[in-house]
Amino acid sequence: MYGRKVKLRFFFVVLILTTLILSVFLILKSLEENVVYFQSPTEIKELTDIGKKKIRVGGMVKNNSVSINSKEISFVITDFKNEINVIYSGVVPNLFSEGKGVVAEGYLNDRNFFTASKILAKHDENYMPPEVKAALEEK
Amino acid sequence: MFKFFEPNKIFLITSRAFKYVLFLFIVVLSIGLTEALILSPEDYKQSHAVRIMYVHVPAAWISLGIFSALTFLSVMGFIFKNKNLFLISKSLAPSGFVFNIIALVTGAIWGKPTWGTWWAWDARITSMLILALFYVMYLVAWRIYEDQEKVFKITSLITILGIINVPIIKFSVDWWNTLHQSASINILSKTSIHVSMLFPLLIMTAAFTLFSLLIFLMKYNTELIKLKRKGLDRL
Repeated sequence: MYGRKVKLRFFFVVLILTTLILSVFLILKSLEENVVYFQSPTEIKELTDIGKKKIRVGGMVKNNSVSINSKEISFVITDFKNEINVIYSGVVPNLFSEGKGVVAEGYLNDRNFFTASKILAKHDENYMPPEVKAALEEK
Repeated sequence: MFKFFEPNKIFLITSRAFKYVLFLFIVVLSIGLTEALILSPEDYKQSHAVRIMYVHVPAAWISLGIFSALTFLSVMGFIFKNKNLFLISKSLAPSGFVFNIIALVTGAIWGKPTWGTWWAWDARITSMLILALFYVMYLVAWRIYEDQEKVFKITSLITILGIINVPIIKFSVDWWNTLHQSASINILSKTSIHVSMLFPLLIMTAAFTLFSLLIFLMKYNTELIKLKRKGLDRL
């Protein structure tokens, strides 16, 4: 139906695409460590050595874990399997609250204690008006 | 099939379509803006900051959609040696690029009060920046090369290279831990955005689509006029 040239050009495009997909897949696979924005407490627990490098830990702020004193704020990040204690002095974003997502940037003291130099709030994918939220909580 | 696309015939349609599309765009945009800025409720968590989403999300969708269209048209144009498809994709590209930039900028404006940072090198945001770079490459390629054969080949190659990035943008939030939240609107699973907020979002998407169509018609008509000037009645 189509000419030989048309088929050749089609084959050429398919070839380029397949090669690209495979190579990009391999590159991303090998760079996975750098592509992720943060690590979960479970992944921190599994670290073989605690480097001096700056890292990010993310998860939920555990309910009833936030305590604030004059110097610093401390809370627990959990992924519902493992937990990590975070200490931070500075301003937290508005959306930072218990039971919500958070990403802390800083340094590990050991596998259980983390000193943050920056706190980011992670927003989840739920959008609803306050009345609906209240109705949901009543249930 | 391609006979239909003779410049004279198609110009009759595209030159008239402009005012209807403009009218429709103004109507839909005013409904969308009223819905998004006044009628829709504030969010339980982020209050009025949620209204940025009504610009951010449609802009991101359309920039991805237009890039996919560019790739499809360029590849088809390359395989079937059809010049018209290249002109269509050339005329589509600028609005896709503008919406890409809008998505990045509104994302930063939203990110500052909610996340606490303007910019994060997370997978979603970085891949979106890469898409913007591909758009720039595509647009610049059209300006650099005078020879049409050359520009057709190079732009096809740029779109093929760039299209790999599109699924990465889409699934980056599912594959890796990212600061950016995952998709709220899902075809297979439950949509996690309340219907009172979903409605303005879809209207704004329609408005932005019409805007892209408007810019496309302007650009494409210019291309057709250029063809006429050269005395070519066939593409």
